[in-house]
Amino acid sequence: MNLKTASNHIRRELHPAWVVTRREVRDQFRDWRVIIPIVVLTAFFPYLMNFTVSQILDFVAQYGGEIIGERMIPFLLMIVGFFPISVSLVISLDTFVGEKERGSIEPLLDTPLKNWQLYLGKLLSSTVPPLLGSYLGMGVYLAGLALRGITLPEPAVILIIFTLTTVQALMMVSGAVVVSVQATSVRAANLLASFIIIPSALLIQVESVLMFWGRSVQILWWFVLGLVILSFLLIRAGLSHFQREKLLGREIDVLNFKWILRTFWQALTGKARNPSEWFRISVRPALREMRTAVWCVSALGMVALIVGWNLVKKLDFAIPIDSVQGLNQNLQSMLDLAFFSGASIVMIWLQNLRAVLLTGVLGFLTFGVAGTLPLFATMTLVGYLVHLLNLGGIPMLYLLMMLLPHGLFEIPGLVIGTGAIVHAAAKIITPSNEQTIGEVWLQALAFWLKIILGVCLPLLLIAAVVEAWITPRLLLWLF
Amino acid sequence: MNLIEADALSKTFDDFLAVDRVSFQVGNGRVMVLLGPNGAGKTTTIRMLTSILVPSSGSARIAGHDVVQHPERVRAAVGVLTEHHGLYKRMNADEYLDFFGELYGLRPTEYRQRRDQLLEQFGLAPVRRQRLGEYSKGMRQKLALSRALIHEPSVLLLDEPTSAMDPASARMVRDAIHSLRSRNRAIILCTHNLAEAEELADQIVILRRGRIIFNETTEGLKRKLVGVPEYRILFEESVSERSLPAGDGIRVHSQTAYQAVVEISQPQTNAAEYLRRLVNSGYAVREFAQIEQSLEQAYLDAIRESPENAEGSLT
Repeated sequence: MNLKTASNHIRRELHPAWVVTRREVRDQFRDWRVIIPIVVLTAFFPYLMNFTVSQILDFVAQYGGEIIGERMIPFLLMIVGFFPISVSLVISLDTFVGEKERGSIEPLLDTPLKNWQLYLGKLLSSTVPPLLGSYLGMGVYLAGLALRGITLPEPAVILIIFTLTTVQALMMVSGAVVVSVQATSVRAANLLASFIIIPSALLIQVESVLMFWGRSVQILWWFVLGLVILSFLLIRAGLSHFQREKLLGREIDVLNFKWILRTFWQALTGKARNPSEWFRISVRPALREMRTAVWCVSALGMVALIVGWNLVKKLDFAIPIDSVQGLNQNLQSMLDLAFFSGASIVMIWLQNLRAVLLTGVLGFLTFGVAGTLPLFATMTLVGYLVHLLNLGGIPMLYLLMMLLPHGLFEIPGLVIGTGAIVHAAAKIITPSNEQTIGEVWLQALAFWLKIILGVCLPLLLIAAVVEAWITPRLLLWLF
Repeated sequence: MNLIEADALSKTFDDFLAVDRVSFQVGNGRVMVLLGPNGAGKTTTIRMLTSILVPSSGSARIAGHDVVQHPERVRAAVGVLTEHHGLYKRMNADEYLDFFGELYGLRPTEYRQRRDQLLEQFGLAPVRRQRLGEYSKGMRQKLALSRALIHEPSVLLLDEPTSAMDPASARMVRDAIHSLRSRNRAIILCTHNLAEAEELADQIVILRRGRIIFNETTEGLKRKLVGVPEYRILFEESVSERSLPAGDGIRVHSQTAYQAVVEISQPQTNAAEYLRRLVNSGYAVREFAQIEQSLEQAYLDAIRESPENAEGSLT
């Protein structure tokens, strides 16, 4: 296939999506409920923010707090950009669920449109107009600042805020599609949309804190990366569940607790009659199934170790302990105080359990992306501390003996726990003709819990016992 | 050639069997009417035939294309009038039909020409620039039918095409369906209007609880469900003193002084012969006419849930 044929083919394939987008956008521009908020948010609101900035700058200057005013300028730019894109959520819910509710989606589904063409057409029509409104609003805000003679943020900061706004809009719309496929009415979709709007608002708060902290706004590029990955995963999940059958198959939202419990229980137990059979027929195959995820997570853990190791060059803290004797003295006093007792085992175990649960919660909220953070943070910290202590004069062998006895159980426990959430997330975003989105979620949840109960919990319990009873004594005996 | 073929088509939603091994064929130029109470599986069957729902088992072919293997080709060959017309209220008729013409892959000159033709045919040309939100129910239905016809499909699946229409508009649509049949199309029509079914159907399929309980011609349906044709005979003079002749497929159902009802099996040959026999025997016959057998009665009998009318006895 030569280039011209390929480009014609792509154009032909994309054309139906474009036809859908064009119709939807034209429809939106005829709807005053969409137009008025966008106009207000792109024209009046930025002007109000300009006024606010100038008032704040004048006020804080009286007390020598110019830095607060400076930090406020990019923050308000972000807010001005965020408000119009919040409209995208409303549009996308209406364009997917609203059409379903009004019955206008069925004639569309009867056409030769492919599922992805319809999805893409609607995704673009929900994202582009609010995003253009957002760019326009930010443009008006920046122009207003320039006209008032207020120093504009650095181009790099402006670029990052524009990029963040773009990926946030994409993330919100792609999340709305996943919600829309599940909901059968706009009312239900609006309720479910809290799962998008609340994390988005929290994200904005975190970004704001980072902006005010201001050590380096460049750190927001990591947010961009995370949001791009999350949007990609949401789009993949949306596409996999955006199927004609699923769009028309459900007609009422009914919570069937019996069915939910039965599906979950069957996926969790695999119909085993006792724990040993459960481990044999359910847990072991699940472990085999998630091999790829475990390898990927292990590689990530290695990267985190290296990152932590190299972080010492940037964050070189002085540590009070600089010899094996010093460490041993500390260990001995802790043993004398019965610090490493049965209670410690429970405490260590619960601590690790909390980390695994946090991995699960973050993972299910972000399709596995943020689920890798606890492991990444832990391994970075390990790499950093080992290098720091080593540079401070503690021999590497001592450091390894300080980690390995319980680490042999704890690290696999954490890696497998993280691998489980990554694999469960992969299940959610994998297309399935046979199952509804609810079934897929229940099975993913059951899969994760199965690994946690069958593998992670025992491993972490052994690790806690070793850490409390064996590791400190071994160190004192050897060194 | 059969443009529509369904072979043991089934659809299950979780534990619910919505359509159970449904088989039928609709040939070129024929109209099949799908009857059945609400929830009988008509819409599910239609959705499987348009490749919207994937059959749980069985197969179906539309214009030679398998509904599972080639869903895009199937949808390109089918025009569907859905139960809910689902129009975009902020568009006008021209924009609406152009949009669907483009989605069906027609060239602008093609869909514009076709659009003008359909709007003229259904009397919508004078309101073509009006917002669809301002249309009456009947006008919306006519536009939805135009949408189903925009790409000149070889198979038409019409769900309640004349519902909510005034009598004149309904007549216009029924005439359109007649004319569409003559152009080598196969049509499936779902309706609750039995007079419409009787007028348009070449073949009637009755669904109950997802199963076909009847698949016959209109006449066949009446014959099978209403029983032997009955004739009403009116006399000039009283016949109370005489017994009407019977036997050889003829049974006197009731008799009064000036009137009688007679069952005549195989009326094509026996009815005229019986009349001749009466006249020759000296009966002063004023009127001899077949009693209209109502399709409605036949339909109600078919879907009645009594054990005597269970599936086996009807098919």
